[in-house]
Amino acid sequence: MRAFFLTLLFLLILPSSHASTLADYTFDEPGKEEDFRAIIEEMRCLVCQNESLAGSNAELAVDLRNEIYDMMKTGQSKDEVIDFMVSRYGDFVLYSPPLKPTTYPIWFGPLLVFVIGGVVLFRILKRKSLTQETKLSTDEQHRLDDLLKQSTDTRDDTQ
Amino acid sequence: MNRYLRYSIPLLIFAVIAAFLYKGLGMNPREIPSPLIGKSIPEFSLPTVENAATMVNSENLLGKVYLLNVWATWCVSCRAEHETLVHLSRSGVEIVGLNWKDDRDKALAWLNRLGDPYIINIFDQKGRTAIDLGVYGAPETFLVDSKGVIHYKHAGPISMELFNKTLLPMIEDLKRKG
Repeated sequence: MRAFFLTLLFLLILPSSHASTLADYTFDEPGKEEDFRAIIEEMRCLVCQNESLAGSNAELAVDLRNEIYDMMKTGQSKDEVIDFMVSRYGDFVLYSPPLKPTTYPIWFGPLLVFVIGGVVLFRILKRKSLTQETKLSTDEQHRLDDLLKQSTDTRDDTQ
Repeated sequence: MNRYLRYSIPLLIFAVIAAFLYKGLGMNPREIPSPLIGKSIPEFSLPTVENAATMVNSENLLGKVYLLNVWATWCVSCRAEHETLVHLSRSGVEIVGLNWKDDRDKALAWLNRLGDPYIINIFDQKGRTAIDLGVYGAPETFLVDSKGVIHYKHAGPISMELFNKTLLPMIEDLKRKG
């Protein structure tokens, strides 16, 4: 029994060098915590690539969270932290790719497809309205009148 | 003719999309281009695996063309790669080890049992230098020149095929340039 309490006591005073859950990352300055959360939400965990640094329990993600936490604790800004990560792991760590020539297709590709679709649609609609406005020649008009008359005649007959 | 041309447009669009998707299918998402190519290896000062009191820093590694191999005893692919490394070191390739987040005794036992291909083995228990190197898994191998500049990075185990096709020509080229 005594051993049990000693163990419990030991566990309680065991120094925890780093946070084990996200709630343990606390900042004195207001706003810093939001920045920290935002950064780790925006960054990809490189081990499990579909998880953010905030969501991943991979060892590397924990290390990187601690690293970012330490950087922000020592007063480094959000941009400095992002630069730190990008200079080591490349743009790949960022979930939203930065705007630069190599990423133009990603940013503007959908817009381009949308514009092309719009132009095609516009042309099709325009052609349709044009065919509706087509005037009949006098010959055709006569034939049409005849046909219409015929059909009313037949209808009268059957009645 | 004009009509055939117009009808072939959707087919053309399909072909382009299919080509991109087919290419994507063959790509390895684990291979992330390193922004460190063309940059110097990060500054560090770490003990060796063999001796906790012997410190190595980035300047100690200047003056030779070498492979920097990130490894650990908990890494299964490193075990698979190890024989290739031993073979390469015997044929004269200089390999520097970076033991990543590992246990010193286990690392030493591994080297005793399987052979030691490393000229220096750096012990990065906290993984801080590995972060500076942009390491995200083991094994990873960097090709570093005599001025400490990184020229190539490979994520995953090195095969003899990769070495002969890619690394060897680069190493010879770098050695020629001095």
